[in-house]
Amino acid sequence: MSTLATPAAITPNRPGLTGRLSDFLWKHPHVLLVILLGPPVLWLGIIYLGSLFALLLQSFFSIDDFSGLISYEFTLSTYRQLLSDANFDIIVRTITMAAVVTIFSALIAFPIAYYAARYAKGKWKAVFYLGIMLPLWSSYLVKIYAWKLILAKEGILTWAFTKLHLLWLLDGWLALPIIGGNSLSVSYTGTFLVFVYVWMPFMILPIQAALERVPSNLIEASSDLGGTPQQTFRHVLFPLALPGIVAGSIFTFSLTLGDYIIPQIVGSSRLFIGQAVYAQQGTAGNIPLAAAFTVVPIVIMGLYLWMAKRMGAFDAL
Amino acid sequence: MRSDRSTTAPLGLKIAAIGGLAFLHIPILLIFLYAFTTEEKSYQFPPPGLTLQWFAVTWNRPDVWAALTLSVKVATIATAIALVLGTLCAAAVSQTRFFGRETISLLVILPIALPGIITGIALRSAFSMADIPFSFWTIVLGHATFCIVVVYNNAVARFRRVSGSLIEASMDLGADGFQTFRHIILPNIGTALLAGGMLAFALSFDEVIVTTFTGGQQSTLPIWMLEELIRPRQRPVTNVVAMVVMLVTFLPILAAYYLTRDGDQIAGAGK
Repeated sequence: MSTLATPAAITPNRPGLTGRLSDFLWKHPHVLLVILLGPPVLWLGIIYLGSLFALLLQSFFSIDDFSGLISYEFTLSTYRQLLSDANFDIIVRTITMAAVVTIFSALIAFPIAYYAARYAKGKWKAVFYLGIMLPLWSSYLVKIYAWKLILAKEGILTWAFTKLHLLWLLDGWLALPIIGGNSLSVSYTGTFLVFVYVWMPFMILPIQAALERVPSNLIEASSDLGGTPQQTFRHVLFPLALPGIVAGSIFTFSLTLGDYIIPQIVGSSRLFIGQAVYAQQGTAGNIPLAAAFTVVPIVIMGLYLWMAKRMGAFDAL
Repeated sequence: MRSDRSTTAPLGLKIAAIGGLAFLHIPILLIFLYAFTTEEKSYQFPPPGLTLQWFAVTWNRPDVWAALTLSVKVATIATAIALVLGTLCAAAVSQTRFFGRETISLLVILPIALPGIITGIALRSAFSMADIPFSFWTIVLGHATFCIVVVYNNAVARFRRVSGSLIEASMDLGADGFQTFRHIILPNIGTALLAGGMLAFALSFDEVIVTTFTGGQQSTLPIWMLEELIRPRQRPVTNVVAMVVMLVTFLPILAAYYLTRDGDQIAGAGK
């Protein structure tokens, strides 16, 4: 800063082009705001929102049964098609899967988050943090691939069950209707396991953040007043952690709802919403129906986010 | 009365927490084991033998190299765009007050909050409506859109900690806006931008869903992986690629963690 002259009490305008520009922006903060916000808002507004609205608009068109071309006339017939039995089954199946995955993710994530928030100290805190972040951020496809290795008939799971002399248990499970199948990698159980594995880490950090905000003197007060650990958990800790669980469930639910790669690689041939969208826009070439299908997760997530907001989940994010 | 906060966890909690972490990490360790297996035709466990030959085979595969090069190029350019746009947006949101600030945050988060298939199919149909042929740039366009949020989140968190009086002091001492940015703001937010950039790179390097819709004929490394997953043709090569991808994504995550760690402790993160 040695090049700068000592300023007078009331400084004259700065010399030079950059100086004048800097003065101008200081005096007109709105211009600065427009310069700052302009590029990102234009990018997201035009490229992202523009294509999103264009897509949603297409759901009000329909496909001509004879020519296979899109007829650009306003109609609700695509939505009627969406609610036909076969398509409605897909929607119900996907929502059920997303709900079950979310519940199990919460059950597995809670102890990890609880330990990390209240017991891990110093070095262990870092170990837990990285232990959660590495699986969270590591490659999505490689994680699925790992489960293909695990669930394969000749893979580690069958091996472990054989070694433990529990193969009858695995076979019994696979013989069950709906959740069973020929092998784990073509059953709903397999799809479910991979979903939980891939999306559960997103649940841990919001729960941990919510638990860390619970003041420890509240817990002490509860036990001073005679609450057993179970009662303290049920009446003090759990209600205060609930916004964190809901915040985490936004991710697990939404991500399961839209996924089409996991059920395609590990699972039965029955479709999920994501696969239906993919098939409709690709091989079937029915963009209007694909667009109508994408409306389903958008509406469900809209409702979900609205409920989450009312439960105060956004403060936990 | 128990005024001393017990520092040891109940046994059940310990088992559940460690079990949960094991559930997260064992599949990743398996990837490392399978890269060395001698078995070519199946996913047999335990591996009948261990070998290093598949590393040499993978090294000599032009298709793997081509996919890797494309992925690195896309991720680099998408990260650069996301860095500029995300920082601008974070600066505007954190340094000024204006109508619609909440909406801007929502707009930035939306591409990652909605399922990737929606972003993908929306971009695809928009490209085909506008007669834009699929190319390298359509992939970059999609990736940059959802990478903005990562940079934005990191930058916003750091901007909140850059004290306004520091900026005013710089201006009072005669620096103009650009000098203040160069000498005061940039050194303060630098590590956050680096961390955000690394996470954006990792996100783009790994992205598959949006890429399947915006990629056309070209295949990035995740697309190559996906084809192998659907129709396994060369399992040993896939095993090695999976391990390398795992290592490549670990490094930016670890780096991002060490870059933001100290700052987060000062701010009392999570309290």
